[in-house]
Amino acid sequence: MAQKSYDVAVIGAGVCGASIARCLSAYDVDVVLLEKCVDVGFGVSKANSGIVHAGFHHKAASLKAKLEIQGNLMFEKLHYELGFPFRRVGILVVAFSEEQMKTAEHLYAQGMENGVEGLQICSAERVRTLEPKVNPDAVGGLYAPSGGIIEPYRFVFALCECAQQNGVDIRTGFEVVRAEAKRGYYSILSRAGERLGARFVVNAAGLYADRISSIFRGEKFRIYPRKGEEYLLDRSSAAYPNHVLFPVPAKNSKGILVIPTVEGTTMIGPTAHEVDDRNDVSTSSENLETVFASAKHMVPSVSRHDIITSFAGMRPALRTNDFFIAVSRKARRFVQVAGIQSPGLTASPAIGEYVKDLLKKAGLKLTEKTGFRPTINKVITARTQTPQTMAHLVDENPRFANIVCRCETVSEAEIVEAIHKGHTTLDGIKFYTRSGMGRCQGGFCTYKILKILARETGRDIAEFTKRGEGSYEVAGKLSEASEMRRG
Amino acid sequence: MLSTKTYDAVVIGAGAAGMAAACAICEAGHTVAVLDREEHLGGILLQCIHNGFGLHHFKKELTGPEYADEYAQRLASLPLDAFLETTAVELRDGKDSKTVYAYSAQHGVLELKAQAVVLAMGCRERNRGNIGIPGPRPSGILTAGLAQRLLNIDGYVPGKRIVIVGSGDIGLIMARRLTWVGAKVQCVVEILPYPSGLTRNIVQCLQDFDIPLHLSHAVTRIEGADRVEGVRISPLHNGVPVPGKTSHVKCDTLLLSVGLIPENELSRTIGVAISPNTNGPVVDHSLQTSVEGVFACGNVLHVHDLVDFVTEEAQRCAAGVVSYLRAPKPKAATPGVPVEAGANLKYVIPNRCAPSCETHFLMRSLMVRDAAELTVKQGETVVRRQSLRRVRPAEMISLILKKEQTQELTSGLPLEFSIGVGRQ
Repeated sequence: MAQKSYDVAVIGAGVCGASIARCLSAYDVDVVLLEKCVDVGFGVSKANSGIVHAGFHHKAASLKAKLEIQGNLMFEKLHYELGFPFRRVGILVVAFSEEQMKTAEHLYAQGMENGVEGLQICSAERVRTLEPKVNPDAVGGLYAPSGGIIEPYRFVFALCECAQQNGVDIRTGFEVVRAEAKRGYYSILSRAGERLGARFVVNAAGLYADRISSIFRGEKFRIYPRKGEEYLLDRSSAAYPNHVLFPVPAKNSKGILVIPTVEGTTMIGPTAHEVDDRNDVSTSSENLETVFASAKHMVPSVSRHDIITSFAGMRPALRTNDFFIAVSRKARRFVQVAGIQSPGLTASPAIGEYVKDLLKKAGLKLTEKTGFRPTINKVITARTQTPQTMAHLVDENPRFANIVCRCETVSEAEIVEAIHKGHTTLDGIKFYTRSGMGRCQGGFCTYKILKILARETGRDIAEFTKRGEGSYEVAGKLSEASEMRRG
Repeated sequence: MLSTKTYDAVVIGAGAAGMAAACAICEAGHTVAVLDREEHLGGILLQCIHNGFGLHHFKKELTGPEYADEYAQRLASLPLDAFLETTAVELRDGKDSKTVYAYSAQHGVLELKAQAVVLAMGCRERNRGNIGIPGPRPSGILTAGLAQRLLNIDGYVPGKRIVIVGSGDIGLIMARRLTWVGAKVQCVVEILPYPSGLTRNIVQCLQDFDIPLHLSHAVTRIEGADRVEGVRISPLHNGVPVPGKTSHVKCDTLLLSVGLIPENELSRTIGVAISPNTNGPVVDHSLQTSVEGVFACGNVLHVHDLVDFVTEEAQRCAAGVVSYLRAPKPKAATPGVPVEAGANLKYVIPNRCAPSCETHFLMRSLMVRDAAELTVKQGETVVRRQSLRRVRPAEMISLILKKEQTQELTSGLPLEFSIGVGRQ
């Protein structure tokens, strides 16, 4: 059977796979990015808290700390090139006892050793000045001005768009189920029976990195999914802080944070619980109570009235608790990118570069491409316009003035753009545009989006899903429903 | 393109409240613009294709679209500007007038200047996040109003096997509607020991179709990875799930009918004070908000039980606007009488009245009783006592204090409304 053959197949279109693909797209190599879900960024990345960490949480000797620091420094350039929302608001670790203050001092020392710029130990008074909303019981803390916030989904979309623009093929709905090592390349088979070839393979499969490794006869390891549950508060919440607020970290996690998201909502969480089922993104009342109590202790103005949704995400952790990024010693031309949990998002730009270098060492010839375009067209959003700027925009495209999602002020033009870029599920459109992400959670815009989807794709409303097969939105047409029974 | 237009009044929202207010202000001889996000006048009435509307106001039984049409026709006959598919995005208070900024694909950016603004944006439905049902996030969880819209306007059936959370009126109406189109409504689950919706809807939408109503029960978990597959339901004892009594119900759709929240995000852009009891603006007897020249009526002010009362309130609001337009008074000149909800009342609207001024009060009970007494007091003086045959949280209580009854009121001293046990 004739099959398309690539120099590199990157498995997993999360933030790591997307960063790696974009890095490689600057060179004269044929790259394919494979994703089992119906859209990119639909795995671990979509439930990310969106924090650019400063680099004081991990020991200098770890690969994590090294890539975290490197990655952190790359965000200004990426933000300029790719236009995703990003702000370096700073991180404040708040201590509530002298004992916790000792831990904060330890983090300071660790951060200094790691080379974090601008770290400061804060008195109680300085904490209050920096963050007037914090619980007045705070005794002090650690301030890292280099910490920041980004919108994780937009980051993944932007990386993918840039990679695609520079020649990378993206295949969504391609779940790798089998691979055969042929002479000098792998033949890769999807669940749907599609086949393609690749000389080099990068395993950035997140929660499923262990399975992909075993499919390619790479190292044996196990991913331990660690679940995190979070609450999202309305953009009108009085709790929206100036900085990302951390408690002093616990053993297995960085604790329950109060996060000012870059788009104006407040996020509180996450919990950290190891679970057996990697698909189990359910929330539980007990854990959410914990989140709420901890966040309210940090910022007393956190209020139940402001909760608009809750969700859970997974961290693909390894027992070593470090990243495992290396050329496989068992499978040839196979690079492992596994165990990328926090600070994976922060490290991802550095992971891209690091993996590119590993591929080069493993024998991939990398020649810089002429005509590589690192920038993509900026996404224009109605919510960032003033009436005056909107007046100009509407002359170019009247659909910018048709507001589809009232809570997040998303226009028809933005929805249409998302659809034309291939995001044809409701979640895909939501993550791309923020429609349905606000206080009414899609109550008012779902039917409008379904109608635009039907118009733009020529398909029927009943064919659309929330996030792929099985997650249908409506059961069918009224005209096809069984006869009306008179009551 | 930015077009600036000037009116006496701009009405935001063309549902029941906005249409009635716009008509009345225009009929009094003022220039009016009314705007709405949707392509048709009538707001949420258009998807309420059941009957039962208009019995109080029109003295005849109408469907939602028929009720809306009564006003849409009246509106069409008047010299006012209606901007449809137009979203108001910001309100600004200026020295000489207010400005409403609105976006529309057809009209571009509108800068509407007016002496008075009427807030009539209605409300939104509470959703899963607001009530915190744990579990995964499959498709098939939607508010009853969205289901109603999809079914009655767009022509799509949301699911085949339904569980409804909350016994609010839209959920009850949808239980019957979905049964009519062949869906199986498994049950309605209500956390409270009494229904949230009107009695007539409990009878006509549930009992007539043998749909079980589980009072003092809660959905404690949603199941299903891609689409809803079922829910767990637990009886509650003192508001807490009884251990070991959880049952499992299969369904592919979960409808939420768990209350409405007035939509006041736009109101906040001009600094309107919001009451924590109603989630709507704080208003005086003329339904003027804390910002001079900005008025509110309908579900944006407080959630009503019947649309007829929305219309009546909108007419009172329009009267307030008209007298304001004729003789704008600085707010500070009228300190007024603060109105307080006392025992067994959730809220009383308006939040402020004035001596020697007829005022129509609307309020909601916090208790279920068949014989009760409403007392209105200022200090130790009883202003009014009224027996009520039955009080229900689902049904609004209405009371008018005539001009002569408010003559003796003292400015600055709170007027307290309360409900107590009445004589059988």
